[in-house]
Amino acid sequence: MSVTVELERLGELLRLLPPAPLGWVQAAQELPLARRTLDEIVARAEEDLAFREALVADLERALEQEGYEPDRRLVEELRARLTDR
Amino acid sequence: MSSFSTLTDAELVRRCRAGEPGAWDELVERFSRYVYAVCVRGFRLEEPDAEDAFQEVFTRIYTHLDSLRDDSALRPWIAQLTRRVCLDTVSRGKREQQTENPVPEDTPADLDAIEEAFTVREALATLPEQCQDILDRFFARDQSYRTISEELDLPAGTIASRIARCLGKLRNELEGRSEPTSESRE
Repeated sequence: MSVTVELERLGELLRLLPPAPLGWVQAAQELPLARRTLDEIVARAEEDLAFREALVADLERALEQEGYEPDRRLVEELRARLTDR
Repeated sequence: MSSFSTLTDAELVRRCRAGEPGAWDELVERFSRYVYAVCVRGFRLEEPDAEDAFQEVFTRIYTHLDSLRDDSALRPWIAQLTRRVCLDTVSRGKREQQTENPVPEDTPADLDAIEEAFTVREALATLPEQCQDILDRFFARDQSYRTISEELDLPAGTIASRIARCLGKLRNELEGRSEPTSESRE
């Protein structure tokens, strides 16, 4: 940034950074909680064979039945983690 | 304004690592506009790719924060991560669509302007809250004088002069700073 700054240029630069959509920001802020949920489900699946089989058979349904919100990101990541093991 | 908003990047990183409540929220708040701008303006990603890239960037930040060697280098690290995620998204899109439409590669002019804009926002954060608010509403949120006047309960005739005054303060703040060092850029 030049030490001599035109006001018009400042306005243009401020316009370049509008807020991100609120839902995106909130989802990113909830990441720690989402990670904990994910870790909790994976840990349980490792200990509880019936739960693991239910997850493998129908992931979304098994999550719903256990009271988890099966949002897309959780489902995708969980699917990847379960197939990794 | 949260109690974390005045922290340096390095201090914020330390508090995030310590799992201090509110620290991660502030990190996301501090960099969300930047990551969004790089995805949408820099790489011209459209939804849902832009949203996926945005979330992927913050997921990587969260999961790899421990591997950041220099806590004060948070910004260039996030810049690099964001560009990498966006480039991956563009490449994946190219492979999937096999389109002949030109897909933007790295677009340095836009990205350089976004870096500059981020520096301006850092300076903005040091101004009085009223100035931050009015400049953000008018420029970043594209609100009209009328909307600003109604929402802030200010006489409509004073909005333009308030904006001009606050822009002047912002310029003074920037002019009082030295040139950004190479560490603050990629």
